[in-house]
Order: sequence, then C-alpha cells, then structure tokens
Amino acid sequence: MNAPTTKTAASAASGTNGYNFAYLDEQSKRMIRRAILKAVAIPGYQVPFAGREMPLPYGWGTGGIQVTASIIGRDDVLKVIDQGADDTTNAVSIRKFFARTAGVRTTTRTAEASLIQTRHRIPETPLQAGQVIVFQVPIPEPLRWLEPRETATRRMHALGDYGPMYLKLYEDIARFGRVTTAYDFPTMVNGRYLMSPSPIPRLDNPKLDRSPALQLFGAGREKRIYAIPPHTTVKSLDFEDHPFTTERWSHICARCGAGDSYLDELVIDDRGTRSYVCSDTDYCDSRLSAGGRR
Amino acid sequence: MYVAVKGGEKAIDAAHELVAKDRRGDAAVPVLAVDQIENQLGLAVDRVMAEGALYDRRLAALAIKQAAGDLIEAIFLLRAYRTTLPRFGSSEPVDTAAMAIARRISAIFKDIPGGQFLGPTFDYSHRLLDFALEDEAAQNTAIDDTAGEDHATEAGPSALKPVTAILERDGLIEGEAADAGQPVGDITRVPPTYPAARDVRLQALARGDEGFLLSLAYSTQRGYGRNHPFAGEIRSGHVAVEIVPPELGFAITIGEVELTECQMVNQFKGSADKPPQFSRGYGLAFGRSERKAMAMALVDRALRAAEFAEEITAPAQDEEFVLSHADNVEASGFVQHLKLPHYVDFQAELDVLRRLRDEPSLQEAAE
Repeated sequence: MNAPTTKTAASAASGTNGYNFAYLDEQSKRMIRRAILKAVAIPGYQVPFAGREMPLPYGWGTGGIQVTASIIGRDDVLKVIDQGADDTTNAVSIRKFFARTAGVRTTTRTAEASLIQTRHRIPETPLQAGQVIVFQVPIPEPLRWLEPRETATRRMHALGDYGPMYLKLYEDIARFGRVTTAYDFPTMVNGRYLMSPSPIPRLDNPKLDRSPALQLFGAGREKRIYAIPPHTTVKSLDFEDHPFTTERWSHICARCGAGDSYLDELVIDDRGTRSYVCSDTDYCDSRLSAGGRR
Repeated sequence: MYVAVKGGEKAIDAAHELVAKDRRGDAAVPVLAVDQIENQLGLAVDRVMAEGALYDRRLAALAIKQAAGDLIEAIFLLRAYRTTLPRFGSSEPVDTAAMAIARRISAIFKDIPGGQFLGPTFDYSHRLLDFALEDEAAQNTAIDDTAGEDHATEAGPSALKPVTAILERDGLIEGEAADAGQPVGDITRVPPTYPAARDVRLQALARGDEGFLLSLAYSTQRGYGRNHPFAGEIRSGHVAVEIVPPELGFAITIGEVELTECQMVNQFKGSADKPPQFSRGYGLAFGRSERKAMAMALVDRALRAAEFAEEITAPAQDEEFVLSHADNVEASGFVQHLKLPHYVDFQAELDVLRRLRDEPSLQEAAE
C-alpha cells in the first residue's frame, strides 16, 4: 500500500514478492473454483464458500475480487467498473490491485475485456460469448429485507417459498400504484431460484436474461457465490397487469447524445441546474470517438 | 466537470502519500520504533493479535504502526496477512491448567488451592493521570526486575488445577464436554452455518470485536438474557503449544503463547433430564485481554440458552444475530462502504420517487 506507486503492470507485479499470482494461494483458489462450479450447476443458488480476508475492506468488493482472483489467467484482459465508470476511485484501486498482483493486461473497453468486474452496473455494450462478468454483491439474499434470518431464508429457497416476495410487490402496487424497489430488483433464475442481481438499476435487469456471457456473483462478507450460466433465463418479478419497468429519462446524454443508456444526474451550479451523462464511461467515450455527438 | 465528479488515480496516490505523512507526524519527534510498540504498548498488541487471530507480537506491532494506532485497521492488516498463510495442521489442545501463571483470581472462593495471584492489573489503581510518565529520561533506567515479586515468584506457579474442578468433583457444575478426538471447526476455512457448534461459536467470539462483546455481555447483566454469572476463575500466563508431527507420532513443543482464560460459573435450575447444577461460560483470548475474555464468557453462556431450554428473548442469546455481527473487520468494512459512490442506485431511487410524486391519485390522497 505504501510502496511507491508504479505505473506499469510488469514492474508493479514485481513489488508483491511473497504473494501468489493474483494474491490468493492456489488452495484458496481451488476452493473458490469449486464453489463457482457448483454455482454454475445450480443457476441462482447461493453457494456458501469460506471467503478469505482480502487486503481491501469488506464492502469494497471482496467477493468479486476473490472470484476474479480465482479465475483470472495470465492471458486475461481485465476491465473493472464501479457505477459504470472505469475511473471511479474504487474501480481504479481494484484494477491496480490485479495489475500489481497478477500483472495482467487491463482495458477500459468492454469489447476488448475477457473478464469484467463490476459494481452496480452492467455495461451498455452487449456482452459476448466467452466473456465473464463478475458482480460485487453486498447482500446476496433477495429475501433478506423480508426475513433477517439465514436459517429461515435458506428454508424458503429450498421450498421455493417466494410468496412473501410477491406479497411485498403486491402491497407496493396496492399502496403506491407501482413497485417501489428501485435497484437490486429481484429476479427468478431458470424458473427456480429467486436471485438478487446485486444493486444494479432496473435498466440492467433485462441484460441478465439469456446473456451469452458467464455471469458470476461474489459476496465476500456474506461468503456466498452464485452464478448465471450463459443463455439462462432470468426474469424480473412482475404481475401480468403490472409488468416490470425500467428507469426512463426525458433527457439524452449531454456528452454523446445517447438516448438508450443509464444516465448519471449531475448538478452543475448553485441554482440546481441538472445535466445528464452516461454512467457507462466506455460506452460514452466509444460513441464520441465513433463520430462525435449524434 | 465530469472527471472532477468521478475522481481518480492521482487522488488515490495523493491520499496514500498523505497517510504516510500524517503517520510520521512532526519530523522533529523521533520516529516510533516497532520494538517500542511491541514492548510498551503490549495491551494494544494483545488486542490486535486476539482479534486479528494471529499470535505474532512483532507483526501486530508493525500493523499498529502502519495503522497509525487505529486498532481495528491494524486487526484488518493482520487478518489480511494471516489469510494467505498455509495451514500445516492443528496443535494439540493447549493445557491451561499447566499455565505458567502471571495472574490468577477467583471471585467464588476466598481461598483456593494454589492461591490467588493479582499479577499486573489496573483493577485497584486510582485512575489519576501520572504526570511523572511525561519525563521520559527518568524512565530510561530499567525498573527493578524483582519489582512485585515479593508476593509472586518469578516464574509464577504452574500446574494449578482450575477452580471449577473443585465444583466439578462434587458434581455441582456440568462436566467439560470436549472430546479430544473430535475435529475442531474453523470458520476461516468452512463458512459458518446456523445453528453453529460450540467450537465454531467460541472461535467466532474469540475473533469478535471486544467492544461489541462487551456491550452484549453488559446487556445480559442488565436483564436482557440474564444468566447469573460468577467469575469462577480468570487466569493469564504462558502455555506451551504442542503439535504431533505425523512422522514422529508424539507431541513436541513448538513454542508458547500468552493467554487469558475466563471460566464463568452460571446458575442453572435444572430440567426434566438434568439436575440443578452450575453451568459454564468460557472465554479465551491471546495476551492479557481480560475484558475480552470475560465478555466472551458471558456471551458464550448466553448463547447456550437453547441447550438449557431457556427462553430466548434477548439479543445476546440470539446466535445468528451475535455471530454474524461480531466481526469488526466485516462490520467496519460494510458500514464504511457507504462512502463508496452510489450514484447509480441513488438515480434509480430518484426515478421511483419522482414517479410516485407525479402519480395523481397519490397527490389527491395526500391532499
């Protein structure tokens, strides 16, 4: 942490003598890979794993980092985003961590990455077969706000007892005319397990469905791993007369003019004037370089 | 404006430089040596070792220095180091009855076989600031090595049976249930599940935050899961650590660790299949972490409520609540992660809130 900051991956990697490739020891990686395999075999099921303490704090993405550390290889090209952006402090820090401990190539381009670690977003550019996206998950249990006990929620999953979640959505509609869950909107995976998609906005939920990429979810503090294998159906919970809806803006991106992306709202002066820009920095930059504002 | 909002790489580097600068402080003041921390801030080292779950005074002292005295940060540093270490095997159970005693007290009998040893304790000091300690020059001469030894021999007694053995002989307290052949759980290798076995529970408590356990223990004394405790015995000192290498087949001593052990003696009124007898709460911590060991013993007993068919009404008796919130590295991380950006989620909340406010029926209802 206090070593002089190095700018290139290769020289930085040499500064972590005494640590294994990608920080974790091979036995820990094997344990995590087993959990990942089980998670892939049972889509949406939360597999307990013996999460390790990582040199970054819990809540900063230790679950995602452990999953990434366990599957990353020397040929991988890593992209790390937080809130959709490559340049947020935490994304910078995690990208540096892997550049330093694994010496892998990093990128900000979604299309060029073989491995993408993310917090709270799915890139706007559709993911391709062969890509892996790793989500950082704070609370993996979608039923947690209805039932605080793990013993109870595990039983509910085992029995497929998801009535209380539908009831919660129904109560929202009865009181407010709509479902008020803004992000981390519950999904049903492969028609069997209710799953938290991590705190991504609703706009990203449809991207989970039948994605050609492998989607892995790591919750470090809660010690759970789960997965959506490629081409798996993922349905956001809704009712026939109240279909699932995503966020909408009456604006377009002020930089690239995109009308289909998730927008960050910026307050740009003391009078509260707002401006809107893409939360996905790579998407925004790619559109700009491909021909400026459309 | 866009980049300013997002922050970046340079800011992180600058922050690290500022931390290093703040840690060093005024350059006119001599730099604090790791040796000094190890030797003169021993109780801080003890806490970091206990909750960092790694017995290494030197590394704990280094962590305290690196963390600029923030003990939870130091615990985190030590944990993140510990987690990368290979596991060679398990030691034999340490024999605290064979401890080289530095301190041993019992609150339940005035006179106990082997005697009571007050040892180094703040218990009976008057908490008046000792301004003489400001004069460093005067303390550079070593304190007489024989200080305090009029009443306790230098090595201290060893091989003193636990006070609870006296009660056990008369059947007045439950027997120790440990089965030496049974493998011991490890929450750092197997994720915790509930209900947890007592070995796993004790491990979680031993690693748990002293402040959290202290408050929970306190709550049991104030009626939230009362269990009528007596401090049967508290002892501190060094014990030998033994392993049995498979190629030898017998135990060899690989070193010693300093431990503090607390045996609480608690009331139990008896049930259909058990006669009334005293029950136990157990606390054990690295170093001289007496407050921690006592709090742990009270919470351990509170968590045994189901075992004694006691009604579970209080937070300290709720295993899942206590064990899943006791770890300060987890708690500190998750509380402080709120500092990380949440623009995307907040934007989604804004979207929902604005839609709700635009709903005409709701506005009518509000009027």
